[in-house]
Amino acid sequence: MSTTADHPVEKIGEASAQYVDERLGSNKFLGRNLGKVFPDHWSFMLGEIALYSFIIVLLTGTFLTFFYNPSMVEVIYNGSYVPLKGVQMSEAYASSLNISFEVRGGLLIRQMHHWSALIFVAAMAVHMFRVFFTGAFRKPREFNWLVGVGLTALALGAGFTGYSLPDDLLSGTGLQIIRGILQSIPLVGTWAAFLVFGGEFPGTDIIPRLYAAHILLIPGILLALISVHLMMVWTQKHTQFPGPGRTNDNVVGYPLLPVYMAKAGGFFFIVFGIIALIGGLVTVNPIWIFGPYTPDQVSAGTQPDWYIGWLDGALRLMPNWENVIAGFTISWNVLIPSVIIPGILFTGLALYPFLEAWASGDKREHNLLERPRNAPVRTGIGVAAIVFYGILWIGGGNDVIATTFNLSFNALSWTLRITLIIGPPIAFLITKRICLGLQRKDREKLLHGYESGRVLRLPHGEFIEVHQPLNYKELAVISAKEDLAVLPAPEKTDADGVRNPTYRVDQLRHKLSSWFLRDNITRPTDAEIEAGQAHASHTAALEAPLNEYELQDEDPVGHGGVLHHPGMPMTNQEQIDQRQ
Amino acid sequence: MTELTSTSPSQEDGHENTPAKLGHSPVAPIPHRLRVTDTDPKAARRAERQVASMFTLSMVFIILAVIAYATIDKFATIYIPVLGEVGTSNVVLGLTFGIAVFLIGAGAIQWAKKLMPDVEVVQERHDMVSEKSDDQLAAAQYERGKDESGFARYKLIRRSLLGALALFPIPLVVVLRDLWITPADSPSPTEILSETLWTSGKRIVSDGTYVPVRPEDLPVGGLVSALPEGIMEVQEEEHNMNARGKATIILVRMDPDQIRSQQGEGWDYNGILAYSKICTHVGCPIALYEQRTHHLLCPCHQSTFDLADSGAVIFGPAARNMPQLPISVDEEGYLIATQDFAQPVGPSFWERDRT
Ligand code: HEM
Ligand code: FES
Repeated sequence: MSTTADHPVEKIGEASAQYVDERLGSNKFLGRNLGKVFPDHWSFMLGEIALYSFIIVLLTGTFLTFFYNPSMVEVIYNGSYVPLKGVQMSEAYASSLNISFEVRGGLLIRQMHHWSALIFVAAMAVHMFRVFFTGAFRKPREFNWLVGVGLTALALGAGFTGYSLPDDLLSGTGLQIIRGILQSIPLVGTWAAFLVFGGEFPGTDIIPRLYAAHILLIPGILLALISVHLMMVWTQKHTQFPGPGRTNDNVVGYPLLPVYMAKAGGFFFIVFGIIALIGGLVTVNPIWIFGPYTPDQVSAGTQPDWYIGWLDGALRLMPNWENVIAGFTISWNVLIPSVIIPGILFTGLALYPFLEAWASGDKREHNLLERPRNAPVRTGIGVAAIVFYGILWIGGGNDVIATTFNLSFNALSWTLRITLIIGPPIAFLITKRICLGLQRKDREKLLHGYESGRVLRLPHGEFIEVHQPLNYKELAVISAKEDLAVLPAPEKTDADGVRNPTYRVDQLRHKLSSWFLRDNITRPTDAEIEAGQAHASHTAALEAPLNEYELQDEDPVGHGGVLHHPGMPMTNQEQIDQRQ
Repeated sequence: MTELTSTSPSQEDGHENTPAKLGHSPVAPIPHRLRVTDTDPKAARRAERQVASMFTLSMVFIILAVIAYATIDKFATIYIPVLGEVGTSNVVLGLTFGIAVFLIGAGAIQWAKKLMPDVEVVQERHDMVSEKSDDQLAAAQYERGKDESGFARYKLIRRSLLGALALFPIPLVVVLRDLWITPADSPSPTEILSETLWTSGKRIVSDGTYVPVRPEDLPVGGLVSALPEGIMEVQEEEHNMNARGKATIILVRMDPDQIRSQQGEGWDYNGILAYSKICTHVGCPIALYEQRTHHLLCPCHQSTFDLADSGAVIFGPAARNMPQLPISVDEEGYLIATQDFAQPVGPSFWERDRT
């Protein structure tokens, strides 16, 4: 490729790049970064989906602001939706109806806004699962995990405030519940509710206030955090799954220009297009059916947006405990499910990377992702948390389930309550078992290759089972497993008989470490793997003349280099040295 | 035909601009298969045409979208199986615009997959930790700053500054007090939550029609949503629905023998009972009533109350009985309240039991 531009457009491009560079020195950055490599994997698209749907939310939301009127002043509706003609309603609701019926394309944009919001939260959640289960939050990426937890919480806030804006019967009922939750907070709750609503519920301030939060405050913080999030990904470079040629010290993938840009940019348009299609075809939040909000009416069997369902479920499943202590009322029945449980969940989520690092004593940088099976306790905790969340979510639909399957509310509630307590530990144990089983299988594969299930009779009469060696891809993936040693148990006193002042903490740490690591199945040594694979090749080769089995048909270069790349498993001693 | 090659940065025609040249490390054994488009110029030409036609088609759909916007009547509807009767404009706009945008993306990705190099390249990573020399530089700069400012020496300045910085946000929090603007003699939140429009002798009007209710209007087993007389005037005067949110009630009528208990002696009127409509859990209005069992079911979290037994909670997360309103009839035979609720209606709050 020649460096001087010959096409007129390229000439203009080059001149402008020069112009900007003379003022900002930008070419230095471009030169260094246009070739930046990004690893490829389908699961890395989840974060992209979240990002793109957020951009779409911004675009469509801005359009909505041109027509939406955040006012609780009562007006008589005189628009074109006949069933509501002459009905008294807030200007917020009337303007939402106008967006849906009077503004051409308004309904499409409104539905795209809502759908992209739903997809935004969903993609974020699944993205978070991916990061969790592959250990991508490990050093050096703990800060980005924290930013992600913040983003998740804000996304829920963005969704809830948005959902409340149309001021229809459903959204108002949601606000009524928020009022009840605020009031349950000890000491300051009553005042908090009065301040938030500008007085008594429902008042006339809440919609304008939610509007400010929804279109300025929350998106502003989201945008800032998303930028920080991406900048950290940029500087730290994306993690990658283990595979041929991939080590902890390199990035294997496609350069930003042109492949990654074309794929990621193209994917933005795909997400945009799909959201437009869904917005055109699938109705979401048909506010005209619900009617305007009034505090003395409710429609039965209504459900909140999916990401709020678990909180609703928690409210439903909670036993009705309430105490009056020294004349003050504490509503545990509201406080626990809507304040304490979410508080614990989000705190646990935020602290997890630090707890795990502490328990494992692992202070190294991790750029290669870990397969979920190779961290059975982490994977178990993740599945247990998902089960916990899932049961709360099911609880949020208990009326639907009870009526559909003709169950008594009472029986269903108790079943769910009990499952909520015992389900997660059971899920943990089962998951851990499965992970360990998979680890055992992996070890077998490394030591013996695949069992082909075919038995071969050798010329001298011996029977052997034919094993096939792993192909080099699998070998790279499976042999990337790392074994961490359990942190040693602390001594009560040192050699000179001096008491160890941190004995208790060290003991706890040792126990946690042991819980986290002790059951792992050790990976065979490189020598054992080489021997095992060689043996498998040997049996397969014996069989080859019979059925034209092609040895290692996909391995152009052999797998010799794969096992010994830097950053691969260390001995226990090396690990412990590293942690000092 | 697929041919296997191992990737080394500078091989293969068509890939001569692989960024691997720009200082990438030598490549480890990364698998690579040649694509049809790498080896067959005809296939490459086909891919080129494919990508270009997606972009072209996208333009066509954008034009269609604009035409649809301009021509389709916004009230026109169309029947589509599965979707039902839907707005034509919405569906056509969504389809045309969605397909147009999708095609741009599909074209770009096809371009990347078929025609751009699909050779993975390798870059080195470096640990995030700074070089020793940078550490020392940072430390030295910090020390210099500390020395020059005298932050360590001037104890008084340091402490007073920290104090000032700690205090300065206070007004920013204090101003939030007027999120709720109250006149000097305003009742407290507790008082506000504890009082409703109901007073002795206040007539009960039915919701929607706002006409006073007579006992004869209520069939046994029936449920009526009701409000205090004059609610609309209050609402107009206050420009909000606060009064409605607290005063809303339900009236039920049952056989007096079936009433097992009430919150006050004789609070019913000939088997007609009035209860708050606002759930004591977190405040949803309730109107699901099963006349056979006298159970009132909240649609929000399924708290169930027995209206024949003082509105007691028999199931669900609510902790308190539904507050009962004592009623009677006035001399003209209309139902009236004989006093306000004896307890605050709606969700609990911290000071609730101090009233
Ligand atoms: C950041 C994430 C955001 C989420 C998750 C979100 C979510 C939502 C949801 C669920 C609704 C209810 C839509 C409906 O009527 O069915 C809504 C309404 C609305 N949103 Fe957002 N939104 C976000 C950002 C924004 C932004 C950035 C803006 C403006 C710049 C915006 C403007 C609006 C407006 C004006 C409405 C009211 C529309 C109506 O009532 O018809 N939103 N939002
Ligand atoms: S509001 Fe009635 S049960 Fe929750």
